[in-house]
Amino acid sequence: MLNSSLQQLGSALRAKKISSVELTQLYLDRIAALNPALNAYITTHAETSLAQARAADARLSGGTAQALTGIPIAQKDIFCAKGWRTTCGSKMLENFVAPYDAHVIGQFNSAGAVNLGKTNMDEFAMGSSNETSYFGAVKNPWDQNAVPGGSSGGSACAVAARLCAAATGTDTGGSIRQPAALCGISGLKPTYGTVSRYGMIAFASSLDQAGPMARSAEDLALLLNTMAGFDERDSTSLQRDKEDYARDLSKPLTGLRIGLPKEFFAEGLSSDVGKAVETAIAEYKKLGASIVEISLPNSKLSVPVYYVLAPAEASSNLSRFDGVRYGYRAPDYTDLADMYEKSRAQGFGAEVKRRIMIGTYVLSHGYYDAYYLQAQKIRRLIAQDFTDAFKQCDIIIGPTSPSTAFKLGEKGDDPVQMYLSDIYTIAVNLAGLPGMSIPCGFGAANMPVGLQIIGNYFAEAHMLNAAHQYQLATDWHVRTPNGI
Amino acid sequence: MQWEIVIGLEVHAQLSTSSKIFSGASTAFGAEPNTQADAVSIALPGVLPVLNKGAVERAIKFGLAVGAHIAPHSVFARKNYFYPDLPKGYQISQFDLPVVGQGALTIQVEPLSGNAKPYEKVVRITRAHLEEDAGKSLHGDFHGMTGIDLNRAGTPLLEIVSEPDMCSAAEAVAYAKALHSLVRWIGICDGNMQEGSFRCDVNVSVRKTGAPLGTRREIKNLNSFKFMQQAIDYEVQWQIGTLENGGKIQQATILFNPDTGTTHAMRSKEDAHDYRYFPDPDLLPLDITPAMLEQVRATLPELPQARRERYTSEYALSAYDANSLTASREMADFFEAVLAEMSPSPQSSPASGRGGERENQSSTSAKMCANWLIGEVSAQLNRDGLEMTQCPITPQQLGGMLQRIADSTISNAGAKDVFRAMWSEGGDADAIIEAKGLKQVSDSGAIEALVDEIIAANADKVTEYRSGKDKLFGFFVGLAMKASKGKANPAQLNEILKRKLSG
Repeated sequence: MLNSSLQQLGSALRAKKISSVELTQLYLDRIAALNPALNAYITTHAETSLAQARAADARLSGGTAQALTGIPIAQKDIFCAKGWRTTCGSKMLENFVAPYDAHVIGQFNSAGAVNLGKTNMDEFAMGSSNETSYFGAVKNPWDQNAVPGGSSGGSACAVAARLCAAATGTDTGGSIRQPAALCGISGLKPTYGTVSRYGMIAFASSLDQAGPMARSAEDLALLLNTMAGFDERDSTSLQRDKEDYARDLSKPLTGLRIGLPKEFFAEGLSSDVGKAVETAIAEYKKLGASIVEISLPNSKLSVPVYYVLAPAEASSNLSRFDGVRYGYRAPDYTDLADMYEKSRAQGFGAEVKRRIMIGTYVLSHGYYDAYYLQAQKIRRLIAQDFTDAFKQCDIIIGPTSPSTAFKLGEKGDDPVQMYLSDIYTIAVNLAGLPGMSIPCGFGAANMPVGLQIIGNYFAEAHMLNAAHQYQLATDWHVRTPNGI
Repeated sequence: MQWEIVIGLEVHAQLSTSSKIFSGASTAFGAEPNTQADAVSIALPGVLPVLNKGAVERAIKFGLAVGAHIAPHSVFARKNYFYPDLPKGYQISQFDLPVVGQGALTIQVEPLSGNAKPYEKVVRITRAHLEEDAGKSLHGDFHGMTGIDLNRAGTPLLEIVSEPDMCSAAEAVAYAKALHSLVRWIGICDGNMQEGSFRCDVNVSVRKTGAPLGTRREIKNLNSFKFMQQAIDYEVQWQIGTLENGGKIQQATILFNPDTGTTHAMRSKEDAHDYRYFPDPDLLPLDITPAMLEQVRATLPELPQARRERYTSEYALSAYDANSLTASREMADFFEAVLAEMSPSPQSSPASGRGGERENQSSTSAKMCANWLIGEVSAQLNRDGLEMTQCPITPQQLGGMLQRIADSTISNAGAKDVFRAMWSEGGDADAIIEAKGLKQVSDSGAIEALVDEIIAANADKVTEYRSGKDKLFGFFVGLAMKASKGKANPAQLNEILKRKLSG
């Protein structure tokens, strides 16, 4: 049951081979047993989950079930879910119970899915290792001394450790793809505007995008069908016809043109990751794809551009956490300014404060043109690189992350080293393109390697097709960590 | 050397949408604190702004009314600062790309000094942009604490910025009044200054004639024209006094205290915020298509300036009358409705009634109508504390009465009785005239008989009159009026008396 696809689970539920309550209880028991070590979940609430499961069972009996009805899904703790504590990995929101549902939560609720709990994450999604969470680091199920990646590290860990059937994540600079790669699962960041950001706590609004995390491309397609769609509550949500992301899964890859950006295979890529990716490329050739070398000349600027723009937006987005209306307020203060200073100093962790400082700086009078405006210009050049590249190829393939999962604490003192962990993923967010990561082998110390697939705008179905065909031909995605 | 005063205004007009600029919460005034604060108003984590189209339409309407360029592409920006009644820690506003560009407003200035004549002036409008209002901090309600009411947070505002084109308190007040009238005229703002729907910030500086602009101080949040004038007068004197005593003006934000009539600094430039403006990534740029522009243009009423010109050219009204009648759209509409009542024939409608006797007729009616509206009606409204829209007399009623003055059925004195009765009890003019017996005697036979009787009964006075004591004419008029119980048509009576007395 734990290794069934969502499609199989759905069929089993509809055929009454298992009830949603039984399935939910199965996962709750696993969470109770494994989560103390892995720390993938910040909050679970068995009663609420089981109540949803009972409602799903009624729906399954009533014949009104949809594809995901009764299936237990883990939700990244960045999504507001009515009645659920929603912390965003921060002390600032340690006791914040959301009074409303995010669009994504609402979509899963109407599909009849079960909310299994809220997964751990880097504080306010700022981090690539899940070590910045106020609720403690998440462990990588393949090696509990290694990081799971971040910021959606809790979701990636939960999927890899079979602590949920599937999960949600959000991706601002790689926060779905990088942890998916490091935990050996599949994750997709859709085209910006595909999934409504309503109710998703903002980090960098122009980059944030929610997406699914699961064990296979096929599962991702099913989840994305539920998550995507126009939402008038998000002005950046795209008004497009509803599509079936699974429609192209079984198409053969004959004639597929795959672009390999030479910049992604240069210095900085560890050899074990490089080797796994090369093997995957060979597999694609076998499946009928042709390979073109492309260039993304400005992609080397994506990390510095990102670390101007994302903190700029974050510095403003996080201003609402001021201790006035909700969230953490310092117990002792002398006046208004002191209350602000102490509440924010005590409520935010070091990485969040660092980014607020950077963001405040780059937006300041006299620096705005040199940093923020300049970064916006380069952002357009980076997007243009992709537009040019997609004239030569259908999808772009490369490594998701330059290395496999690093050890806990290894990069804690060096933020720049940490930031470079997202060097291949960030450009995709800056361009607003869809990107995904699927397992493509194992590197040193038997840690999983992720293959990144980048598509043109709205090419999700196409990318999922390429991923699914690869997963039909390989078994990396069904491998399970020892002891799981 | 003379001191020259330089004034520019920033006006915040609250747009009359029923919901907020970025959420569906109500904008109604006076609700219990925080009952109109939805998730967006409170700035809960994860909420997003969605632009209210009604606010955009109103901004466009304003831009068209002042002949401004409407930006086909404008951008919402975040103005970042911390304050407890600013829930997001930033205000969504427009910064370098506002929706309304340069325009102009023609104002009628009535100088405050006795002898100077009223004049017209064009004030340039720099820009107008959309933004959201903040909430309110309630400092007095809780001991040792500050209450926050977020009902007002997110209310749509149009900030209208003028060029520093005004050079006296009178001009500044005239501009503010003209703007106030205009926003109400085009229906984008209720103009209620007590409730804060129309708030003025006034930038004041002084300089020696011909010198470069002086340093300005900004008087914040003036919510009455009277205070505006007092504040400017005080501030100008203070600045001149300071400079003449060798002092310097520091740029500052200041408040006016109506109780003392003085201004005092709130913060100086040194503690000015760095607002860190940047485009709001939660909102798309505001693109206004030509079609949308035309759609809004079609809803634009005839503007006050156009009506003023029509009233002076078509009805030969004085500039003063035309101004007074166009002080509000309600007044102007009322005027035109009364006029329509007085000239029921379609040929005499303003559009076709050109030249000759008809125009004279219509301009006579217009003048009479203007006099009554600016005089009796306005005075009575003032006395009863009513708005034009609450006037107990309908244009049909008033028109009917004026018609009876025009056709000599009643005298002006009689009309005032009719008017008072109409105001307090209602009813149409003819019924009141009948009931009160106010109909003038215009039957020349009856008046002649009456005059004959008086001449016969006062032979001595008649002799005196005829021997040159002209002043006695009034004595005879008085007797005749008394005998007619005040109903004799005065013009007719004069004519007959004069003829008969001269023998």
